Amino acid sequence: MNAPPKAIAGPSTFLDDRIGAGNFLKRNLRKIFPDHWSFLLGEIALYSFIILLLTGTFLTFWFKPGMGEVTYTGNYAPLYGVRMSEAYASALHISFDVRGGLLMRQIHHWSALLFVGGMTVHMLRIFFTGAYRKPRELNWIIGILLLSLALLEGLTGYSLPDDLLSGAGLRITQGVAQSIPIVGTYVSFFLFGGEYPGHDVISRFYSIHILLIPGILLALVSAHMILMWVQKHTQMPGKNRTDKNVVGAPFYPAFMIKSGAFFLFTFGVIALLGTFAQINPIWLFGPYTPADISAGSQPDWYMGFLEGALRLMPSWEINFLGHTVTLSVLIPALVPLGLVMTGLALYPFLEQWITGDRREHHVADRPRNNPHRTAIGISGMTFYGILWLLGANDELSANFHLDLYTTTWFGRIAIFVGPAIAYWVTYRMCIGLQRKDAEVLSHGVESGVIKRLPNGQYIEVHTPPAEDIAEHIRGKKEIPVLESAEDGEGIPPKGARSAIGRLRTKMSQAYGTDRVPLTDGHHEEEHAEEHAGVGAGDRKELH
Amino acid sequence: MTEQNEYPESGRVRTRVLGTPPADAPIVDSDPIHAPEGVPGVIPQDPVKARKAERLVALLFLITFLAGAGFIASYVIFQVGSISKTATSNLALGGTLALALLALAAGLTVWVRQIMPKYNLVQERHEMRSDDDTREYVQETFLQGADESGFVKHRLLRRTLLLAAAPLGLAPLVLLKDLGPLPGTSLRHTVWGEPTKDGKPRRLVVEGSGQPIRAADFNSPGGILSVVPEGYEEDLNALAKATLILLKFRPEELKSGTNLNWTHDGIVAYSKICTHVGCPAALYEQTTHHILCPCHQSTFDAADGARVVFGPAARPLPQLPIGIDGEGYLVAKSDFKVPVGPSFWERGDAEAEARENAS
Repeated sequence: MNAPPKAIAGPSTFLDDRIGAGNFLKRNLRKIFPDHWSFLLGEIALYSFIILLLTGTFLTFWFKPGMGEVTYTGNYAPLYGVRMSEAYASALHISFDVRGGLLMRQIHHWSALLFVGGMTVHMLRIFFTGAYRKPRELNWIIGILLLSLALLEGLTGYSLPDDLLSGAGLRITQGVAQSIPIVGTYVSFFLFGGEYPGHDVISRFYSIHILLIPGILLALVSAHMILMWVQKHTQMPGKNRTDKNVVGAPFYPAFMIKSGAFFLFTFGVIALLGTFAQINPIWLFGPYTPADISAGSQPDWYMGFLEGALRLMPSWEINFLGHTVTLSVLIPALVPLGLVMTGLALYPFLEQWITGDRREHHVADRPRNNPHRTAIGISGMTFYGILWLLGANDELSANFHLDLYTTTWFGRIAIFVGPAIAYWVTYRMCIGLQRKDAEVLSHGVESGVIKRLPNGQYIEVHTPPAEDIAEHIRGKKEIPVLESAEDGEGIPPKGARSAIGRLRTKMSQAYGTDRVPLTDGHHEEEHAEEHAGVGAGDRKELH
Repeated sequence: MTEQNEYPESGRVRTRVLGTPPADAPIVDSDPIHAPEGVPGVIPQDPVKARKAERLVALLFLITFLAGAGFIASYVIFQVGSISKTATSNLALGGTLALALLALAAGLTVWVRQIMPKYNLVQERHEMRSDDDTREYVQETFLQGADESGFVKHRLLRRTLLLAAAPLGLAPLVLLKDLGPLPGTSLRHTVWGEPTKDGKPRRLVVEGSGQPIRAADFNSPGGILSVVPEGYEEDLNALAKATLILLKFRPEELKSGTNLNWTHDGIVAYSKICTHVGCPAALYEQTTHHILCPCHQSTFDAADGARVVFGPAARPLPQLPIGIDGEGYLVAKSDFKVPVGPSFWERGDAEAEARENAS
């Protein structure tokens, strides 16, 4: 093929004549994308979002966001003749009277779960590999906003079908809103158009769910993609990979087709789930009434940690100058979410402040090579995980025959102890893994060959590690540490004179000091100390 | 594969066979993309393997075609109209859709992995920041423009512009005021306090059936009923505050927390709306007299004024004063003495106020 076919050349020339698309394509057609399995996690979220937009649009063709009462006359026999809201009736109509309606509803719900799930693991990948570092802090913040908005989007969507389960979630939302000091009652009355449940909330949530939040999400997702494109993707450490280059496959044709395939995989798996794994069978719950509830009511997974926080809390309520402050609702509703989201948003800047690192980073860290960051991350995950687990403590209690209150007490203690243990264990694991790396570089890997030396000693022959593995390990970067040493006259450096400055330099030292420097196998002395237990002969094999 | 290469940034390719030294001068290649053999970092596939892979890809694409056609056929063939028909339609549509998508995805993947070359291309990165000259130019231009505009020099203009913006910024917020009425004291009252049209006290009726409850018929200790106000059986706003649980005790079971004046013959009525965040506290354990809210497991002792035994709820479920009317049916003697449901800022210490009012 020496010239592009007319069908492509014609429109291309047309476009280039008018908007100069060629210049853009010249720069970008062969844009390089590095490869690593963990880079696919964010794509899951992106593709789920696209599926959400597609299936969501389909659902709006039939859904009626009204709270007016109607008598159900559709095809689902058990509810025939029951009075219910228009919203619930239309959700049933979509499920039973529209071909493919049930499938689209289930795909919509499953992709919502996967959307938030994909974002969460993607965010964890970014965190643990330090990919949020300069120059990507802005994209990190956009990501946090996306995640927060996705939670809100999920909450509003969950409330729309107006079945008994969705109403229970709405009731909890209202109870929490009402507990906010000073403005809570007003917030609730303005949101619900008066007393709970009123007649407005579903149509209001509907416009928020299908227009306002998706619009913002779409804008932020686009910004997220554009920044990623402009700044180029990070890469994992490896041979010839530096902060000054990017190694991988070109956008056209390889990355393009690979991404297309991954979109289809994501869609295919969600379609499988939507077909075979029933989700949110609203017809079993019945219409919402504030007077009833079913035991074992559970929110979608991403709300579980808030639910768990509410369940853990002891019954604290104080009277403040004649006003009620419901700590038992306020603390669990605001503190865990606030801690996690604010902590995540600030982390890149706190880390910069502690390390004094103002350089650009494009090679991702391996989690073990920044043990404190990894330990903080796992600690946070433990905090979240315990709350999440406790969000289902009634199910745990019923299925594993545990005493209900014991599970609550376990959570109350574990929420403090768990993260601390997780921090320590993770830190030790990182150091251990670093030692293993250092050993692989300096000693080589076990070859499985046992050799007998002339003096009768048996040793196992070690061989140098494969080049790509060795390069991957050598990709470890030192973490900068703030200068804290006093000069000749005993005066500490400028930044370290105040109390905060001293704390900062101390933290910097703890955070950045490399406990296991890589030796590359050239320092005989260190060998003797660190690996005294290994037969002396193996070194001869290596050098 | 080391210190190379300008490709593809330069749009030119040094034709160079792997392992040989680079040519001194770049050869102008009119067709760089279509001749990947000589490009470092582009490793072509074995043609024999590629041909084999092509057959696999073709098979997968064929499956997608068939499954896609099957999807359309399923839409036409399988109608909805009953539970089992919907299930069949869902299975057929979903199964064919998933198969079509997955086979297409697999085909594309085989194409990329076994027919396209393997890539190990290197592209340079440049620091994100613009160079000093650019920064300086932008700074100068900015200052010059600010100067030219007169925004800096003309103070009155600047200040009145800010002034002009303020009310416009507030306008959208003001517009939201009519989203809802102000709360007033509505959270403090329920419909139990309103007499019926003919001025009689409001009867308690069973939720669902709407039957009034004759005290003499609700006589087995340990019994429990979910109760709503007569005339408001379908009013969700009223139910969200006024729903009750009605319990029957033996007289000796009741403890001091329960106000005996508000009971009738061992029958006690508590608000069903949990004082935590408002779920219906619907579970009851007969042997312990515990009422449990299934949302967050707040537990109340029904025999002792529904005081909190466990969980996050901070206050007991309010008790409704009940009695019987002339025909022996249970009625509300008055509204709740304290607000029901979740706490709110203006609630204050309603219990203390109620005690003062009583004494």
